[in-house]
Amino acid sequence: MRDPKSLARFYETTEQIVTIDKDSPPRVLFSGEDLLVEDLPVGTRVIYPKPPLEGLPNVKAAIRSAINRPEGCDPLHALLRPGMRVTIAIDDISLPLPPMRTPDVRQQVLEVILPLLAESGVDDVHLVIAIALHRRMTEAEMRRMVGDQIFDAYYPDRYYNHDAEDPDGCVVLGTTAHGEKVIVNRRAAESDLLIYVNLNLVPMDGGHKSVSTGLTNYEGVKAHHTPHHIRKSHSYMDPERSEMHRSVDRIGRYVDEHLQVFHIETTINNRMFDGPLEFLMKKEEDYTELDRLKLAGMRATLKRLPPVAKRKIFQAVPAPYDVIAVHAGLTEPTHAKILEKSWAQYAVDVDFQADVLIYGIPYVSPYNVNSILNPLLVQVMACGYFFNFYRGKPLVKKGGTLIVTHPCSDSFDPEHHPSYIEFFHRLLPETRDAQVLEARYERELAENPTYVHMYRTGHAYHGAHPFFMWYWGENGRQHVGKVIAAGADNAHVPRMMGWDHAETLSEAIDMARAIHGRSASIALLHHPPIVMTQNLG
Amino acid sequence: MAGTERAAFFDVDGTLVRTNIVHAFAFYAMNQGSILGTAWQTARTVLSLPLFAAADRMNRKLFNEVFYRYYSGQSEDRLETLAGELFEDVLRPAIFPGTPRLIDETRRAGCRVVLVTGALDFTVRRLAEHLGADDLIANRMRFVQGVATGRVIPPIIEGAHKALAMRDYCVREGLALEKSFAYSDSFSDYPMLAVVGHPAAVNPDVRLARVARAYEWPILRTTEA
Repeated sequence: MRDPKSLARFYETTEQIVTIDKDSPPRVLFSGEDLLVEDLPVGTRVIYPKPPLEGLPNVKAAIRSAINRPEGCDPLHALLRPGMRVTIAIDDISLPLPPMRTPDVRQQVLEVILPLLAESGVDDVHLVIAIALHRRMTEAEMRRMVGDQIFDAYYPDRYYNHDAEDPDGCVVLGTTAHGEKVIVNRRAAESDLLIYVNLNLVPMDGGHKSVSTGLTNYEGVKAHHTPHHIRKSHSYMDPERSEMHRSVDRIGRYVDEHLQVFHIETTINNRMFDGPLEFLMKKEEDYTELDRLKLAGMRATLKRLPPVAKRKIFQAVPAPYDVIAVHAGLTEPTHAKILEKSWAQYAVDVDFQADVLIYGIPYVSPYNVNSILNPLLVQVMACGYFFNFYRGKPLVKKGGTLIVTHPCSDSFDPEHHPSYIEFFHRLLPETRDAQVLEARYERELAENPTYVHMYRTGHAYHGAHPFFMWYWGENGRQHVGKVIAAGADNAHVPRMMGWDHAETLSEAIDMARAIHGRSASIALLHHPPIVMTQNLG
Repeated sequence: MAGTERAAFFDVDGTLVRTNIVHAFAFYAMNQGSILGTAWQTARTVLSLPLFAAADRMNRKLFNEVFYRYYSGQSEDRLETLAGELFEDVLRPAIFPGTPRLIDETRRAGCRVVLVTGALDFTVRRLAEHLGADDLIANRMRFVQGVATGRVIPPIIEGAHKALAMRDYCVREGLALEKSFAYSDSFSDYPMLAVVGHPAAVNPDVRLARVARAYEWPILRTTEA
């Protein structure tokens, strides 16, 4: 029979929120490619991800079922006729994070639908990666995403990256009632059927956003990627309360009125680590002696390695995600079902807001797969994605303090992020005001022919992309009173972003307490894996 | 292109085409109109290669001065006539696959397209026309009574003089140098890159790649389509 105190602890350790007491073990936080082990103040509430939902036992059977019993339209086979022109658009490498173990779910969907198209006499099929203004995927990445057989059959003539800067590559379908231009990839627009194969990692993804963002150009993205839209999104992980999604939906509905679009949406659970890294999925209370040994060994190894080697090690480990849902059909009913599953995986109910919120910033974001998490991306993880991981009320109070653990090294990938360098070192010292940056400089970098060339022929993000990264932190910046970078290896990067910096996490917590008082409520959002809070009170 | 506010300045050899001025000269040497003449010029060129290499290593200006002397005595008509064949046989096949796209992208950005090269103007004029360049800044041979003297009309377009020529061009045409772009593959063109607001290294040599990384200049390639 457990005594009441130990029962209380038993209860806490089975729930997703653990309150730190004086006997609690230290917490493990990511700080880029390093792992920190930190004692947190008594009373700190640590919010953990839910355990992974069970994966579908037979993914291909689920795909077949979805396309044969779609939402709101005829089955896929009934939409096909011999000789028709079909374009299959696919999400790019920014989803999921880290890249999933092969076979990628996109490959599995293609392995079901491509034979169906062939059997229906549809030979004019192109596979277009919906990169929007992201970097082009490399040949090796493209091969990995669809498997050898499809790659060899379609690459390069019929399997390629969307080119948002091809002067003839997009068409204007029209304009929404709100004046947003509806611009879509020409091949997709001129097809008899557009099939979009999506992978929903978080609730922000998918739905109308797939076509209206993934297959458009700079002018198309610009319609909703603005400081104004982000400021009015509470949050952009919650499409119903996101101004950006309202614009995206208007554009998407216009697309659906003018093109025949069949969506195949998929989503995955949060099983990000297994094998030697599986302990990262656990609460520290549940660590075994072996887990602690693994953690110590890993930290000792990472400590001795240069950043490049650490990055390569982490990025080389694909995630063992399981597919938990596949739905197909019309955009909105299909997406609604996927969103339901996505929230079921990520949402943890909370009934409080903290004065001080702590995040460990990991090594990867949607925009640095096989690359460096540069300072702008650290910013978008802190004030953008992680801040927006809420539904209802934010986890941190208005005017509260965010503490992020990351070295914030002044390091950029010149191949993937050339325009980020100019944004960070030329523009940000002049102003951090997103609206001023948008008005004064966005178009200049977007139309810079060097960046256009590097986007089209190399693997560079579009010249406008660093602006969007800055805007995506806009609602976080407007909400919090202060951001402190704990463990930053320099002072100037945090300073340029308007942040304070501290040598250690405990120093950062002391700085936050100096603002909010000794009794400040503190919370730690413990990820990865992904966790989002839901405070609908 | 009147009214444009900026220019895109392109070095040619190694940046837009895979050839260099030696290829052009070799073409002339091998097309002397007579077997004896061709043999003599070709042998002379081959024997001079160590001299060219040494001059290039010491100073690009010296290299150009030494090199252009070898045009001495050739008729202007013949040089102009052979320029067409030089373009078709040597330069056109050597255009990098990414060159037309890069030039098109600068034009779409509203830039005036200007080629800046240490080559002789008659050897690259057709290339400039083919690429749709608006202007060409190149070295000009001095001719006396229709015969090449082997001396170039000063200043020789190379190194720092490329930057000066670009600056003069912008002043003359009312363009903003700080808004302009420059593209080159060679460290010897550091001045022409440093003088504009938006420099970029294209297929850079080792020294330029090092400088580009240090100054965080974009590094791009025209060798890929």
